[in-house]
Amino acid sequence: MENTPITLVTVVTFLPILGLLIVLFLDEKRADTIRWVTFGTAIVTFLVSVGMLIAFDPADPGLQMATYYNWIPTLGMSFHLAVDGLSVLLVMLTTFIMPIAVVISFDPIQARVKLYYAMLLLIETAMLGVFVAQDLFLFYIFWEFTLVPMYFLIGIWGAERRIYAAVKFFLYTMAGSLLMLLAILWMGANAGTFNMTALLDKLAGGELVYPDGAETLLFLGFAAAFAVKVPLWPFHSWLPDAHYEAPTAGSVILAGVLLKLGTYGFVRFNLPLFPQASKDLAPLVAVLAVIGIIYGAWVSYAQKDVKKLVAYSSVSHLGFVMLGIFALNAQGVQGGILQMVNHGLSTGALFVLVGVLYERRHTKLMSDFGGIWQVMPVFGTLSLIVVLSSMGLPGLNGFIGEFTILLGAMGSGFISGWFTVLAAAGVILAAVYLLFMFGKVYMGPVTHAENRRLPDLNWKEMLALVALVVMIFWIGLYPAPFFGVMDAAAGSLAQTFTVEAPVEAVAGRPVVPIPPVLALPGY
Amino acid sequence: MDVPTLESLNLIVTWPAVGLGLWACVLLLLDLFVPKEDKFATAFLAEVAVILCFALNFRLFRLKPERMEAFGGMYVADGFTTFVNMVVLVAVFIGILLSFEYLRRAGIQRGEYYPLLLISAGGAMLMAAGRDLVILFVGLELLSIPLYIMAGLRHRTSRASEESAIKYFLLGAFSSAFLVYGVALIYGATGSTNIGEIAGAVKAGVLASGAPLDSLLLALGAGMVLVGLGFKIAVAPFHMWTPDVYQGAPTSVTAYMSVVAKVGGFAGLVRLFATAFPAIGGVAYWQTGAAVLAGLTMIVGNVAALAQSDIKRMLAYSSIAHAGYLMMGVAASATPVVREDAVNAALFYLLAYAFTNLGAFAVAIAVERDDGAGTRIDDFAGLGKTRPFLALAMALFMFSLTGIPPTAGMVGKFLLFRAAVQADLVWLALVGLVTSLFSAFYYVRVIVKMYLEEGAAQAQPVRSYLGAAVALAALGTFIFGLLPFDPASLVQGVMLLVGG
Repeated sequence: MENTPITLVTVVTFLPILGLLIVLFLDEKRADTIRWVTFGTAIVTFLVSVGMLIAFDPADPGLQMATYYNWIPTLGMSFHLAVDGLSVLLVMLTTFIMPIAVVISFDPIQARVKLYYAMLLLIETAMLGVFVAQDLFLFYIFWEFTLVPMYFLIGIWGAERRIYAAVKFFLYTMAGSLLMLLAILWMGANAGTFNMTALLDKLAGGELVYPDGAETLLFLGFAAAFAVKVPLWPFHSWLPDAHYEAPTAGSVILAGVLLKLGTYGFVRFNLPLFPQASKDLAPLVAVLAVIGIIYGAWVSYAQKDVKKLVAYSSVSHLGFVMLGIFALNAQGVQGGILQMVNHGLSTGALFVLVGVLYERRHTKLMSDFGGIWQVMPVFGTLSLIVVLSSMGLPGLNGFIGEFTILLGAMGSGFISGWFTVLAAAGVILAAVYLLFMFGKVYMGPVTHAENRRLPDLNWKEMLALVALVVMIFWIGLYPAPFFGVMDAAAGSLAQTFTVEAPVEAVAGRPVVPIPPVLALPGY
Repeated sequence: MDVPTLESLNLIVTWPAVGLGLWACVLLLLDLFVPKEDKFATAFLAEVAVILCFALNFRLFRLKPERMEAFGGMYVADGFTTFVNMVVLVAVFIGILLSFEYLRRAGIQRGEYYPLLLISAGGAMLMAAGRDLVILFVGLELLSIPLYIMAGLRHRTSRASEESAIKYFLLGAFSSAFLVYGVALIYGATGSTNIGEIAGAVKAGVLASGAPLDSLLLALGAGMVLVGLGFKIAVAPFHMWTPDVYQGAPTSVTAYMSVVAKVGGFAGLVRLFATAFPAIGGVAYWQTGAAVLAGLTMIVGNVAALAQSDIKRMLAYSSIAHAGYLMMGVAASATPVVREDAVNAALFYLLAYAFTNLGAFAVAIAVERDDGAGTRIDDFAGLGKTRPFLALAMALFMFSLTGIPPTAGMVGKFLLFRAAVQADLVWLALVGLVTSLFSAFYYVRVIVKMYLEEGAAQAQPVRSYLGAAVALAALGTFIFGLLPFDPASLVQGVMLLVGG
């Protein structure tokens, strides 16, 4: 391929590094300047990414705004960054969540400010890089590099058991990544290239043929890294610790974006590179996903601590995403991606809520609260919206995602309809634990004297929550543009699986038409 | 017999190695005029020689010679030699920078230190260039003997240093005996000590004299040489001496020998095995042996490092582990189609390892106290606050040793694993990956200590020389891991020439 000039995608990816360079040269004592420079960088990155979205052509299923540089031709490695319909929303999610993570850190983080904001900017570039890298080697670099800033964020600014959580996070994720590295090396050694476009071309052209059994092993190699990151049950045990110990912004980034790297990896790499293995293993993944949905919800219900409850709820919610992706049809994939965004928004917002509570009372136990709505009316109202969104109330974003996923799963020729039924039960369980939490913390009389005079939201918390709530409503009420962006790409991905999808497999189940709520103009 | 003319000796190409040795001899004399209390002038003159040799060597490297021979083909200055020379010279340069301050603080400023350093560097360079087993042996001895002396430099105040020197000397002599015996057996089997002629005999199956090749004798000889060199580069199960020697020797010497002895040993090993014993259809017979050694070394080094609480001992076991990764490259080079990639990967890894390991030891020197205490990993607690730049550099080195981007160590590991997978040694790559995960435990522990735990790490006030050593190492680690240039372009065209 020809070398191409730098595009908006590359600019967005590396803008945070520019901010990082400025921050590095600022004096540690000028904490406010550091905060504002970081915030400014995050905002500018977001604005540029909006420009990128405007320039994005939804009708084109392929890669857009590609920057290609023939990096190490002898080894088949390329510096190839681009977006397509599958990744553009996740890029937007990242650039949207980051300013929020920065602004809610203004007050809580008072120690080692410079290092903290440097880490935030580093992780932004690393995460963006994962979403836009189109070369396995480059992808691996970004992927591994997300570990480092997160490790420090948890380990330095975390709660009491931060070191344990940080090391556990590091080692768990690295264990998965190494198996993926082996699979990447196999691909590179056998195809002679690490570039995704070239790999897919070779695969389609029959130049790259997997030996017997290799496809499944390679699928599992990639899946090892992604399943830990998602986390898919039973690889989830690092997540509650990491979430619980991380500072608020760390949790927001972790839930908001970092977990999506795993689910995105499945969509970007596992599905197109190993279609046959994806079909074969779809039921297995679906089983794990459904176990995760129910188990996560169950464990959430048992928590006494708000932050732990939210942490376990992620296991449940991401089970939905995985189910949608491995429905292996356009609806499932679209629902999965939209639900990634939704989960980023609602769970990110839930962690902001927990942070707000913790800042005021320095406790996260539900029993220490009660009647908070009376004391902090604005906070209470915003919290209700967020909780309802996470539950999947129609009219809010969570519903659209979960509904589309269930629709996709029901219409899938690869996984049984029972999964849909069980997953739907998970929706009810989510309502149980979230309403239980809301009742204990927000409703009823004020039971603790300390809680009587808590100040309501300050402008930073307000800014973060209002921005999130606006998005929650937007996706809930008018999701068409979001589907529109990924429609073409998801359709083209799903085609890989429809070629020999037996019609008989779905016989007995009517082909579900797109429901009116989704069939809005632009869709 | 023809008497070779001066031109045919082609001495100019040997100058990076030989010049260093000669300058060391001159420096020994000049040192008599340098005052005892301050050996700055000696160190400075040594550095000048290193820079000059580097410039000359760089010129040779850039010429990309087909093959420049000297001494009737016993010495070759091909891309392989000149690349290894560069790694060695960079290592010596940083090694002298970090030694100067350490020696002064430890009260062992000795003039002969720097000439010894140069001689051993010359030895390592000879090992890379030797296309004759005799040169290989001479290089090995030149490399080792100064190191025995330097390991005991602190003998007046430290029993451990004395033990270190004795242990290193005895085991080193033992391994040299293995090597010489191996060389003798190879000579017996093939009738030559010239690597080209050995390769020719192996390929043809008959000697130049027409007698058939005794392949059992040859395999025995090759095995002996592998054992001898295996001691030098600390490959399991010949690694037992490493932790004691590394811990006991003055830290600056440990830093130096952990890099240069390994570079020299591997250069010799690669030169010999990749060229003298080529595959005859399929894969060279020594692949399995090398692969088993590699796997064993990675496991032993990484598992033992987990239990260490002393930074020098931890880095000693870590250096064993890295010998295992390098050995993986050697094993992969037994597959003919992968040979070039494997050798390039190993060379790049040596470069990355040189920068990273010297840097890690330089930080250890900064944290060590004048009396030699302060080498526990616990002594690093809180370094992130008290010395942010040292800690940042150390974190970079630890990430590089683990193989986390953006560091040279990550690129090096990637290249090595890639070569192993290409050579169908997937199991070996898997062992390497799993042990890399183990290694994350102990490398990350240092970072945990520095940044996440409270403490008042008391690093010495870092003088400019030690600071420069750390900065240079960090720069190398970072640049070779980050800049979007082809790491292989450095080593491209380096492939050693087989041949008759």
